[in-house]
Amino acid sequence: MALLESTNIPSTLIKRGKSEKNDAASRLRMRESKEMVFKGIFLISSLLSVVVVILISAFIFKEGLPFFKSVSVPEFLFNTRWKPSSDNPSYGVLSFVLASAEVTLLSLIFALPISLLSAIYLSMYAKDRSANVIRSTVELLQGIPSVIYGILGIAIVVPVVRRLFGGNGYSLLSASIVLSIMIMPTIINVSESSIRAVGEDIKLGSIALGANDFQTITRVVLPSAFKGIMTSIILALGRAIGETTAVLLVFGNAPLFPKGLTSMGRTLTMNIVTDMSYAEGVHMNALFASSMLLFISILILNFIVVALTHKGRKR
Amino acid sequence: MSLFEIKNLNVYYGAHHALKDVNMNIEANTITALIGPSGCGKSTFLRCLDRMNDLIPGVKVEGSVMFEGKDIYKDEDTLELRHRVGMVFQKANPFPMSIYDNVLYGVRLHYKLTKDEASRIVEESLKKASLWNEVKDRLKKSALGLSGGQQQRLCIARTLAVNPSVVLMDEPTSALDPISTRSIEDLMRELKKDYTIVIVTHNMAEAARISDRTAFFYIDERKRGFLVEEGATSEVFFSPKDKRTEDYIQGRFS
Repeated sequence: MALLESTNIPSTLIKRGKSEKNDAASRLRMRESKEMVFKGIFLISSLLSVVVVILISAFIFKEGLPFFKSVSVPEFLFNTRWKPSSDNPSYGVLSFVLASAEVTLLSLIFALPISLLSAIYLSMYAKDRSANVIRSTVELLQGIPSVIYGILGIAIVVPVVRRLFGGNGYSLLSASIVLSIMIMPTIINVSESSIRAVGEDIKLGSIALGANDFQTITRVVLPSAFKGIMTSIILALGRAIGETTAVLLVFGNAPLFPKGLTSMGRTLTMNIVTDMSYAEGVHMNALFASSMLLFISILILNFIVVALTHKGRKR
Repeated sequence: MSLFEIKNLNVYYGAHHALKDVNMNIEANTITALIGPSGCGKSTFLRCLDRMNDLIPGVKVEGSVMFEGKDIYKDEDTLELRHRVGMVFQKANPFPMSIYDNVLYGVRLHYKLTKDEASRIVEESLKKASLWNEVKDRLKKSALGLSGGQQQRLCIARTLAVNPSVVLMDEPTSALDPISTRSIEDLMRELKKDYTIVIVTHNMAEAARISDRTAFFYIDERKRGFLVEEGATSEVFFSPKDKRTEDYIQGRFS
């Protein structure tokens, strides 16, 4: 208003301005309440995912926990006998847990060196269009449905493993190879961005002291990107533990204790999918208890990621 | 023979002619200040002395840079050269490791050290960089916990640890407060006894305070940097041969 009065505006205009004062105030109120509504919509949308997570975990635990009324926790975790339909039923998931762990770790061992080398190449060396081609290919790799990986596994990996290592080809080794290809994009993407985030000034500092590229990468860049690389590994582990369809097609799905690279096996996720169609009663609860196990392991991995990235930000 | 003899130096970044026909000598155990407006090629010139320009894609260097009688663009091994000619950057860039490991980084690239040798080098280097007293009780702590001025002195210690004969400094005090700046300037004067220092600075007063010789770079109408004049700092500042030097220095001083 002060501005209006001090300038040479015809008095009629000023009068109109004054008479509109109430209108302006109500318009302001309108705008504020509109903003409140929008803010509310955004908030509800973002809370939806929180609600879904809470519902899922509540449901899994509600269906899974009663299982332990009939079967003790050690009986469930440390027993390899899975005979849910027998007259004397037994619900030991140790074989499946071990199979999951083995296939996950083995796929990580296969995927990690290649993925890290690719990430280093993409972030340190490839500066032109070749980098973009590789990067979009890696993203494409991530988008391919897992059943396609499974089919390719049956068509290519299984016969090769059969010829080279014997057995029928449906094996721990085949499953790990297929899975390793599936988790590579995660490791490459996350590691690459964390390596890229290492300051140019630190690399220059190393080179100015007479370090060559290799020394600079191994002694300064990779240690600086360590947390990001760990995060990529843990995200990949999560993906590997949860993967079902692809391993289902190449791991043989035999509820056996996995003895070697060429032996068939069944992971936790495979077991849930296989038995879900006909399970009932305690058997069904056992499958939910297995889901609890998966859910908790993923939760632990996520906590580790949060802890890592949180500390990373503080620095 | 001068420590550095630079003849007909031309630098191109792709199509851009960044530095034109520079001829200059740098004597041992002196501090040479490189001054001039932004884009005049003084940092480019500095980076020619330890071939840090090589890292920039599309760079082309012509002419010769003789260091101790050898053309560093022909004969010298680049990694070895960077051991002899160290560089301190505008922004302190300590590595994300302990103070101790920071100092030893460059030495460990080439030598395996015993524990005693390592401790001796750490202590000597930190003392030379006048940082020893402040950090001797926390050598194993992360270097990132130091203040800006301490970090910059750590970077100097790290450079001295590899025992170079030349230290190049690219605006080493421009990101520091006046007190830290003063301590680094004192340090440079101290280091002059054992090292040759070449420093790029935008701070005319700093150049006048610390340097023995000053080189003034300027930009021509086609954005090419070139050397206007080089001489004893007192002469360049108080009786410059070239009108442009006088204008620049007076413009900055007032």
